[in-house]
Amino acid sequence: MSVMGTRVVRVEDPRLLSTGGVYTEDLRDPRLTGALHLGFVRSPLAHARVVSVDAAEALAAPGVVAVLTAADLGLPAAPPMMPNFNPAMTLPALAGDVVRYAGEPVVAVLCEDAYQVEDAVGLVDVEYEPLPFVVDMRAAARDEVLLFPEAGTNTVCTFGAEELDEGLFEGCEVVVTREIENQRVAVASMEGRAGAAVPDDDGRLTLWLSTQAAAMSQGAVAGWLGLGPEQVRVITPDVGGGFGAKIGADPEHVVLAAAARHVGRPVRWTETRSENLVAMCQGRAQVNTVTIGGTRDGKVLAYRLDVLQDAGAYPRFGAFLPALTTMMAAAVYTFPKIETRARSVVTNTTTIGAYRGAGRPEATHAIERGLDLFAAEIGMDPAEVRRRNLIPRFTEPHATSTGGFYDTGDYPEALDRALWASGYDDLRAEQARRRERGDEVQMGIGLCVYVEITGAPLGPEASEVAEIQVHADGTATVLTGTSPHGQGHATAWAMLAHEETGIPIEKITVEHGDTDRIPDGTGTFGSRSLQQGGVAVQQASIELVELARQRAAQLLEADPSDIVLDKDRAALQVKGSPTSAVTFAQLAEKEPLGVKTKFVAPGPTFPFGAHVAVVDVDTRTGKARLRRLIAVDDAGTVLNPLLCEGQRHGGFAQGAAQALMEEVRWDADGNPETSTFASYPFLSATEVPSFELVEMATPTTYNSLGAKGIGEAGTIGSTPAVHNAVVDAVAHLGVRHIDMPTTPQRVWTAIQEAAR
Amino acid sequence: MKIGTTVNGAARQDEIEDRLLLVHYLRDRCGLTATNVGCDTTSCGACTVLLDGESVKSCTVLAAQVDGREVTTVEGLSADGADPHPVQAAFRQEHGLQCGFCTPGMVMASVSLLRDNPKPTEQEVREGLEGNFCRCTGYHNIVRAVLAAADGVSS
Repeated sequence: MSVMGTRVVRVEDPRLLSTGGVYTEDLRDPRLTGALHLGFVRSPLAHARVVSVDAAEALAAPGVVAVLTAADLGLPAAPPMMPNFNPAMTLPALAGDVVRYAGEPVVAVLCEDAYQVEDAVGLVDVEYEPLPFVVDMRAAARDEVLLFPEAGTNTVCTFGAEELDEGLFEGCEVVVTREIENQRVAVASMEGRAGAAVPDDDGRLTLWLSTQAAAMSQGAVAGWLGLGPEQVRVITPDVGGGFGAKIGADPEHVVLAAAARHVGRPVRWTETRSENLVAMCQGRAQVNTVTIGGTRDGKVLAYRLDVLQDAGAYPRFGAFLPALTTMMAAAVYTFPKIETRARSVVTNTTTIGAYRGAGRPEATHAIERGLDLFAAEIGMDPAEVRRRNLIPRFTEPHATSTGGFYDTGDYPEALDRALWASGYDDLRAEQARRRERGDEVQMGIGLCVYVEITGAPLGPEASEVAEIQVHADGTATVLTGTSPHGQGHATAWAMLAHEETGIPIEKITVEHGDTDRIPDGTGTFGSRSLQQGGVAVQQASIELVELARQRAAQLLEADPSDIVLDKDRAALQVKGSPTSAVTFAQLAEKEPLGVKTKFVAPGPTFPFGAHVAVVDVDTRTGKARLRRLIAVDDAGTVLNPLLCEGQRHGGFAQGAAQALMEEVRWDADGNPETSTFASYPFLSATEVPSFELVEMATPTTYNSLGAKGIGEAGTIGSTPAVHNAVVDAVAHLGVRHIDMPTTPQRVWTAIQEAAR
Repeated sequence: MKIGTTVNGAARQDEIEDRLLLVHYLRDRCGLTATNVGCDTTSCGACTVLLDGESVKSCTVLAAQVDGREVTTVEGLSADGADPHPVQAAFRQEHGLQCGFCTPGMVMASVSLLRDNPKPTEQEVREGLEGNFCRCTGYHNIVRAVLAAADGVSS
C-alpha cells in the first residue's frame, strides 16, 4: 500500500518529546569541552560615534579571558549582498567608529562561564557621542539624517519604474489611493541565534550553527574571514525555528568564529531573548502606497504599487524584498495595467531580513487591503469585486506583466471553496442583523485571495541534492541538502524513500546540515524543500532501485528487464520467481550500494489559496477577537497531510498575529520599546481559534510529486484576511482603514474619529 | 551553598552558586538539557518543569529554592523504557510539535493543566497554556493534543 498522501506521524517526535532535541546550547560534544562563553556589549543608542572602549574593569573580573573590539579582530566589513545596493553601505562584524542601531554589537567578551559573561558585559565602559538618528523610514527617505554620509543618501536601491505614468488611471470612473503600512515584526523563533566554534589543529574551523542553510552559512562565514569555504565546516544541530532569519551569517556568527581562532579555544554563544529582539533580523517593514482605478461595476483597470522598504541599519535581504513584492504585485488578477516602483532605505533600526513569506505577504496585503478600499468606494461586496477580476483557471503557465510565471492555478475555485466553507451568505446576514441592532460587539468578515512564489532560486538554478545509501543491516541513510527545523523532513523524506524502495520507514535515517557530509546542499527557505529536496530524494531512490536492479540481474543471472522490485521484502527478484531474489541489504553486503543525485526544477512554483476571516470587535474597547479562519491553501499534491496542515496552522497564526497584535517599535529617542517577551506582543494560544482547513490540490507539472511549497502560504493569506475583517467590523461606522496591528487602541480611535 | 533535591525520582546533593537558576541547575549540573530557555522575562514557558507536582517556570526559580523538594522534567515523565506519558503520546499523534524547542515546557504545562482540570474545554486549554509560547504550530495541534490526552487519561 502506498504511503503517499497518508498521515504518517513523525519519526522525529519520540526523541523531541522525551530527552528533548539537541539544540546548539545542548551540545555536549567533547570538542567543546572547556569552551569559553561569548557575549556582546551592544549599543544602547540608535546612532552614535564610539569615542572609546575601556575594558580594564571587565578584564579584571573573574573568568574574563578576552575583551575584543573590531580593531582587535581585524575583521573587514562585509560588502553589500546585492549588486544594486549602494556600495558604501557595508556591514561591520563589530561596530567600529559608529553605531547605527540600538542593539548593534560593539565589543565581544569571552569568559570561562556563562554567568560571568553577563557580569563582564556590564563592566565594559564604552563612551558614545550621540548623533542625530532616524528610525522612521519615511523620514529616512528625506535624507536629512544620513546613516552613511559617504553614500550621500539613505537609499540602498530602487526597483521598477523611474517615472510614474501620469496617464495610468485615465478612463477610470473611480480611483482610490491609500498609504498602507506593513509594519515591522520580530521573527522570534523560540530558539534564538546560537553557535559554537572550534579551531581545529589543521587550521580548519568547525562551526555548529543554528541555521536553515549550512552551506550558505559556511560560504558567508568563510568569505567574511577571508578563508576558503573548505576551511570552515558547518554542522547543524537541531534548530528551534528559523522563519527566514537563520540564513547566511550574522555579524555575531562571524565574531564567534573569529574569536575562537583569536584565542585558539572553543567558544560558544547563545543570545538572550532581549538580544534576539533587537539584533536578529526582523521582517516586513514596508509602507505601500496603493492606487486602484476602475469602473463602478467593479472592474479594475489600473493598479499602482509604490513601495517604501525599511532595510534597517545595514542592507541585507530586507533591502531586496521589494523585488519580490513588486514581482507579485499582479497577484491573482487580470488588471490590464500595473505599475510598480520601490525604494529601500536605511534607518537607525535593526536590520530587516527574510521572515516567513519575505516580500510576498507584503504584495498580497497591499492589493487585498486595497481591493477592499475599492469595493467600499463603489459599494460592492468584496467577494464580488474579486470574482470580477480573478484570472480564470489555467493549466498552461500564465505570465504576468510584473514578471511572474504562474505554473498552474484555479483562483476562482479557491475563492468559491473558501466562501462556501465559511457560509459566507449566512455570515453577511448575521453581520447585517448585528448592525441593525446596533450591537456593542460587531462582526467583520475579511477575504484574501493570494498567489505566491515558492522554490525561487537564490543562485542560477532551482535545485537540490540527495543521496541514499543502503547498509548491510537493511537500514538506509538519506542525506539531504535541505535543512529541517520543524518541517518534518526526517519523516517525509523517509516516506519518499520507502515508497520507491520498500525499505521500512523506521529503518531510514535522514541526515542534513553538515557541510562535510553534504557539501553541495542548499537548505530550507522560500518553501522549497519538498518540491526540490523531496523530489531529489525520490529521484535518488528511483536511481537506487535501478542500480540495484542491474546488480541483482548480474547476481541472479537474469536480464535486468526481468528483475522486479518486491517492496514488501525490500528485495529484487526475478519476475515470477519469488525464491530467486536478493534484498537491498544483501546487495549492500557485497559492495557499497548508494546513489547521489541532484534534482533541477524547471522553475519556481506558485501556490495559491483563499482565506476568510471572521472577527468580533467590541466597539466599546476596540478589542478584535479572531473567531474563525477558513482557509484554502492549494500547494499541489500533498505528501503527508499531517505535516502540510501543521505548516498551514503555524502560518495562519503568524499572519493573524501581524494583523492583530505584533509590532516592533521604537520610542521618540530611538530606544527599542519591544525588546523582551514582556513587551513584544507575542501571540498566545488564547488569541486564535482552531482553524478551519479546506482542501484543494492543483498539482504542478514542474516535478514528479506535483508538489508546490506550503511553508509560507498560511502567513500570506491570513494577514490580509484578518486585517480586512477587523476593518469590515467597523466599516458601517464609517471606518475605511486602520493600519496594522489592529490593536484595541487603534480600532477604538478609528471608531471615535469616524464618529466625529 | 549546598542543596539536596530529588530530580526525576533520583536524590542528589549539589554544591551550587547562590544565584544559580533552576533551569541552569537542571541543564548544566543534572545534564537534563530537554528543558530550554526561550526568554529572559518569564514569558514564554519553554523552561516549564514540575516542582512538587506544580508547574513552574524554572528560569524564575533559584536552584536554592528547590532544596528538599522534588523536580520533574520531561525526561522524567515516563519511566525509562516505559510507554510514553499520555500527553507525550498525544503530542506525537496530533502533530503538536514542529521544531520541538517549546515542547518540553509545553508538555509539562499540559501535564499540570490536566492534573488540575482533567476534562478541560478547548477554551480552558487555551487559557491554561497562555504562558507557553510556540511559534511553529499556531497552537492548533497543541490544543488538540491536550484534549486528546484528556480523553485518553479519563478512558
